[in-house]
Amino acid sequence: MLLLRLILKNAFRHRLRSVLTIVGITVALLAFGLLRTVLDAWHAGVEASSANRLVTRNAVSLTQPLPYAYKGRIRQVTGVDIVAAGSWFGGVYLDEKNFFANFAIEADDFFRLYPELLVSPEEQKAFISDRKGAVIGRKLADRFHWRTGDTVTLRGTIYPGQWPMTIRAIYNGARPDTDETVLYLHWSYLDETMKKRAPDRAGQAGFFMVGIHDATRAAEISKDIDAPFVNSQAETLTETERAFQLGFVSMSEAILLAITAVSYVVILIILAVAANTMAMSARERLGEFAVLKTLGFRGPTLAGMLLAESLILSLTGAAVAMALLPPLANGFATGLAQYFPIFIVSRQTVAIGFGFGVMVGVLAAVIPAQRIAAVRIADAFRRIG
Amino acid sequence: METPLIAISHLSKAYRRGDQVIPVLTDITFDIAAGEFLALIGPSGSGKSTLLNCLAGIDNVDSGSIVVAGTDIATMTESELATWRSRHVGFIFQFYNLIPVLSALENVELPLLLTTLSAGQRREHALAALSAVGLSDRTDHKPSQLSGGQQQRVAIARAIVTDPDIIVADEPTGDLDRQSAADIMALLGRLNGELGKTIVMVTHDQRAAEAAHLVRELNKGELRAAP
Ligand SMILES: Nc1ncnc2c1ncn2[C@@H]1O[C@H](COP(=O)(O)OP(=O)(O)OP(=O)(O)O)[C@@H](O)[C@H]1O
Ligand SMILES: [Mg+2]
Repeated sequence: MLLLRLILKNAFRHRLRSVLTIVGITVALLAFGLLRTVLDAWHAGVEASSANRLVTRNAVSLTQPLPYAYKGRIRQVTGVDIVAAGSWFGGVYLDEKNFFANFAIEADDFFRLYPELLVSPEEQKAFISDRKGAVIGRKLADRFHWRTGDTVTLRGTIYPGQWPMTIRAIYNGARPDTDETVLYLHWSYLDETMKKRAPDRAGQAGFFMVGIHDATRAAEISKDIDAPFVNSQAETLTETERAFQLGFVSMSEAILLAITAVSYVVILIILAVAANTMAMSARERLGEFAVLKTLGFRGPTLAGMLLAESLILSLTGAAVAMALLPPLANGFATGLAQYFPIFIVSRQTVAIGFGFGVMVGVLAAVIPAQRIAAVRIADAFRRIG
Repeated sequence: METPLIAISHLSKAYRRGDQVIPVLTDITFDIAAGEFLALIGPSGSGKSTLLNCLAGIDNVDSGSIVVAGTDIATMTESELATWRSRHVGFIFQFYNLIPVLSALENVELPLLLTTLSAGQRREHALAALSAVGLSDRTDHKPSQLSGGQQQRVAIARAIVTDPDIIVADEPTGDLDRQSAADIMALLGRLNGELGKTIVMVTHDQRAAEAAHLVRELNKGELRAAP
């Protein structure tokens, strides 16, 4: 108990210095946690993707469409259960800054393909039977205060003109990482309208979502889907939804790498600050450590005391940071909702935050602790005397 | 003749700076009997502190032996010395060297952490030691709330709380006014006279040296009987 009291009192001996060190560690770990959460948010689409879905797209690029007629051929491949055409619609609600993702999709098997979108059977039916209906995520509904029955008009960017539609269903995500900010409209609404407005652009799908029941056969099925279209006008590329999403993420790889690097640099900086605090603290008290040694305390005991002091500071900082991180991330989440639909502090981030707390505490104390353990009493007294 | 408590023979120690060798202690041989109160005097730089540190087991020697109660501490390892010191030696320093964040009582209790005593027993022993130096009413004071003389009395309580055979003191009155110095010397005299502690004290102070039974003088690392 006495030893513990001594350690505690020593840890907060220079109150200002200790508090500043703790604040530094807190700020650094908060920054680290937020940066990691940004990275997680970027990967959220990947994490949320289903192993039972494949995406077939134009092999040349994502922006090139595929003939809708491919659907029948894909449907015939063994192992394929569902095929649904889809297109990135890119509609704007009133103003560009109101951005949210919106897709035109074939509705018939949509809810079977996306079991993580929870919609009541009545609303499902209402959506499927209204050609100009739309289904939207809960967060999107909250953002614009939309309710079922409301009419919303999107301005087309890729598909010109005004596109009025009626909200028929609002989905909730089955998992915390399900994106609740998307609007889906009927692909048939898009296609039939295009037939009138720009006939040469009708009959084209941006991609096909392919449902399979045996996820372990994904690679084989993908190959079988692509095979018949080799050397055709529009070759296809089929991959798992996860790989497809990863493709988006890898486009920003350089940014992600930079963010990752910064998050670790922050830790290194705070390690230097903490190490400096511990070195100063140990140097100032060299005489006291020499007295304790004279009384018979061993080098390792004293090194342990310094290590404990260091851990008290770093873990206090880590605990404060990890307590503040979720509310802070929540604040960011509301502000960033349109860029990062999923902005959640993962348990892993909290664990890593504490891990770095321990690491900073230990590393900051290593050198001064060794010095204290090794110093000879007579030398220590002479240095201070 | 009775075997001495401490037998120092042919003790030498030198510091090397580059290829320069600076002898500090040269072939020192003398005995200290149990219950002795010895004062080491000598000019500054003569090696008094070094000799005291060697025989208290906090500095190492180049050659020679220091046999205390039958064991040669000059050949002990660092770790053996730590244990030996905690059982057999009490230390008093010129600048008290109390731990500033701990109360008087806690400072005195500190050496007992290395014993098997229970928390209650430790407190009892520490209170008894503080009462022996006349500071029962200052147990909760921090060192900064005590006068120099009071701090040195706390340090003496810390030195005796483990009931060691030997007490070493390096200029225990060096930082004190005359009255406080006299009080401290009286206290050391009582520890020697009433409790039979063997005391080895380094001092510059003529009055302090007079309180001792025996005075030895170091000069340029060599020992002689005081004039
Ligand atoms: N680490 C060291 N390196 C070199 N020389 C040293 C070292 N430590 C002590 N000395 C020398 O050893 C000699 C004896 O020092 P010591 O401290 O024992 O003297 P002292 O008699 O206690 O002096 P004072 O009365 O001033 O306290 C001095 O000349 C000192 O310079
Ligand atoms: Mg000296």
